[in-house]
Amino acid sequence: MNYQLYRTSYFVPRTSYLVLLTSYFILLTSSLLAQAPAAELVKKVKAKLDKVNDYVATGKMKTDVVFIKAPISNIKAYYKKPNKFQVKRDGGLSLLPKGGVSINISSLLLTDDYTAINAGNGTIDNLPVRIIKLLPLTETSEVVLTTLYIDEKALLIRKASTTTKDNGTYDMQLSFGKYADWGLPDKVIFSFNTKDYKLPKGVTLEYDDGSKKPELPKNKKGKVEITYSAYVINKGVSDEMIK
Amino acid sequence: MWKLIKIEVFKIFKKPRTYIAFIAIWAIVSLIQLALYVDGQKYIDFVLSGVNDTFKVGGKIINGYFVCFIILQTLLIHVPLLVALVSADMVAGEANMGTLRLLVTKPQSRTTLLLSKFIASSVYTIALLLWIAVIGLFLSMFIFGTDGLINAKSDQIILLNANDVFWRYLCAFAFAELALITVGSLGFFFSIFAENSLGPIVATMSVIIVFTILSTLEIPLFESVKQYFFTTHMIGWKGFFEMKQTAEGDSIPGTIRNLPAVLRSAGVLLAHIVFFVGASIVVFKRKDVLS
Repeated sequence: MNYQLYRTSYFVPRTSYLVLLTSYFILLTSSLLAQAPAAELVKKVKAKLDKVNDYVATGKMKTDVVFIKAPISNIKAYYKKPNKFQVKRDGGLSLLPKGGVSINISSLLLTDDYTAINAGNGTIDNLPVRIIKLLPLTETSEVVLTTLYIDEKALLIRKASTTTKDNGTYDMQLSFGKYADWGLPDKVIFSFNTKDYKLPKGVTLEYDDGSKKPELPKNKKGKVEITYSAYVINKGVSDEMIK
Repeated sequence: MWKLIKIEVFKIFKKPRTYIAFIAIWAIVSLIQLALYVDGQKYIDFVLSGVNDTFKVGGKIINGYFVCFIILQTLLIHVPLLVALVSADMVAGEANMGTLRLLVTKPQSRTTLLLSKFIASSVYTIALLLWIAVIGLFLSMFIFGTDGLINAKSDQIILLNANDVFWRYLCAFAFAELALITVGSLGFFFSIFAENSLGPIVATMSVIIVFTILSTLEIPLFESVKQYFFTTHMIGWKGFFEMKQTAEGDSIPGTIRNLPAVLRSAGVLLAHIVFFVGASIVVFKRKDVLS
């Protein structure tokens, strides 16, 4: 009798373990089936961007850096595969942030030399996004980590955050419109770290107009906002244009 | 009076030393142009030393407008000496040669005589500045081409569009003219008291050097009084190279950030000119001319 009881109590827990284990595997498999692996999603986005061999985009650029006073200016952006990108201001000089990345999404996915890691889900502008982290495999890479916020449905990068070795962290927020099918944004907001700017007054021989100058905020993030109005895609861009 | 002015202008341009200023300016401008043509990038690297790590400059930064800005900035400290060379000689030079007494015996009034001399020295100043404009601006535009202008201040960088620069230079040169005529009027005033031109030239330059140093030094004691130095207002031409901003912080092309301040500076310079010339006339009318 005692032996029978012992056998029954031993059998019941083993069955429940089996059920639990099976259901765990079913859940895991279904979740994996629902979400494509990170690397695959990045590849899909890259394939979409790869449709663009070159483009000339026209737009307007607004520079918001505490020590730079520049008017909103008309710009032309030139891109040529694989990594040539140049923003030129129409009739004027431009100060554009340096760094591992230009203000261009293709440069984010330039090589295959990275590991893509799924970092969960989130929302950007009320749109669901997959968060994917790209870790470069080469130790010499200037980029330490790139975080992509990918709209899985439209295969668009809505936001990218790139941490570099020497130039801090760059954030790129992208808005899409009529060129979304090509993966090209209508608006890019590029934010970055800035350093303080100072020159001796004896060198600049400044004109003191007597007005009280406001204290400039320190260590404020700089922002460059480019709003593209039109793209001319795959019509050819010469190297001269990008120079 | 018109005839008198013509005679005075003729006398100025008859003297070989008048042309020293033109040759000196040509030499300085050429050297600056050569230096910036050969090694301009190093100068840019210095000016943008705090920015170069984070930003890259697109466009032709070393262009005619930028070169002219450097030339004006450098020359407008030294040109007063060249202006004083002539203006401080206008009356003292005549006294030195012994022709002043002869001159005041002529039927025209002393006021007319002095005004014609002052206007003639101003004509020379205008010619000098036009010369700077021709070789400093137009020749630089020809050699270096044109693009937007980068105006590096002590705590900010102003970027001006290429089509928003030329008119600013026209205003700046007009303002610089006023500044140099102020220096000329000071030299002219000192010239009344001397028997040879060396004293008034040195006195004019001494005043400018002392006032410029006091204006540049950031010592609280001088901060409150430097608004009264005319040298503080002489660099008001730089005010034309700043733009107004919207509430969002966007710079507005075609505007001047603080036009009232620039006009006030122009007014201060004009008041100095009126004061120095007026004082010269008052003193000269009472002067017993013995030489």
